[in-house]
Amino acid sequence: MVDKSIVGTVMGTTVFPIERGKIREFATAILDDNPHYQEEAAPIIPPTFSMTQAFWPRKTDGPPPNLGLNYARVLHGEQEFEYLAPIRAGDTITGTTRVTDVYEKEGKRGGTMAFVVIETDWRNQDDQAVLVTRQVLLETSKPATEGS
Amino acid sequence: MDRHETHFEDVEEGDAAPEWKVEDLNRTMFVRYAGASGDFNPMHHDDAIAQKVGYPSVFGHGMFTAGTLSHYLTDWLGVGNLRKYAVRFRTQIFPGDTLTYGATVTRKFKEGDESRIDCELSVVNQKGDVVVAGTCTAALPTRG
Repeated sequence: MVDKSIVGTVMGTTVFPIERGKIREFATAILDDNPHYQEEAAPIIPPTFSMTQAFWPRKTDGPPPNLGLNYARVLHGEQEFEYLAPIRAGDTITGTTRVTDVYEKEGKRGGTMAFVVIETDWRNQDDQAVLVTRQVLLETSKPATEGS
Repeated sequence: MDRHETHFEDVEEGDAAPEWKVEDLNRTMFVRYAGASGDFNPMHHDDAIAQKVGYPSVFGHGMFTAGTLSHYLTDWLGVGNLRKYAVRFRTQIFPGDTLTYGATVTRKFKEGDESRIDCELSVVNQKGDVVVAGTCTAALPTRG
């Protein structure tokens, strides 16, 4: 199972420039034609827009540390967002990602599931805290067949 | 759904938001979400790979469902008003599915100078299975 000593591991830092065109593209992808995203000069980002940063390579940090998870058995179980201040097109936000918790539960269909909580604290160009995102990964004792 | 200008005075604990449906999900929606988010896991666009590991077809990104649920919330509660949003992924979405989005107010309260509500959220497929369950907190304008 998952080694509890990974709690506290810093996964890296991401610098994420917030671009208006990317906001419009993302709004369309979540079926949202709100004129706020299409017409405002500096729209507020959609609530889940920050997820797009996960697929940006963190070239300045090198690869994130190995958490020892078996990714064939890992599911994205939960996702949380705390919005502390608006993030708009033109901002640049910087996120620091850490492992903040590891725990186990018995699965409903047998086997133990391990939960790994990965938190990112985002600050804007004025060093103001703007967003906290929390991802809960589940490692099942059998190959993943559910979840996203 | 239609966009609303929901004020704090307009909602009571136990009230439900107007339902919203997205009918007949298709692969183009998943591919557009893949492009916009950067998540090109082939399980979301390549039927041959999805079927090889036992799925009937590709399935949508969990964050597509969470993203469309957040769109439903900003239509109801306004852009920039969410303070917390949390989702749990329960099962997959497939092409052809119809999703029904719902929200119920569980609490009205003041926090500092903000008038806030907590809600319970769900996205349910045409079989009645909960696809995504969640909660949110929003700060609403007042008519005062």
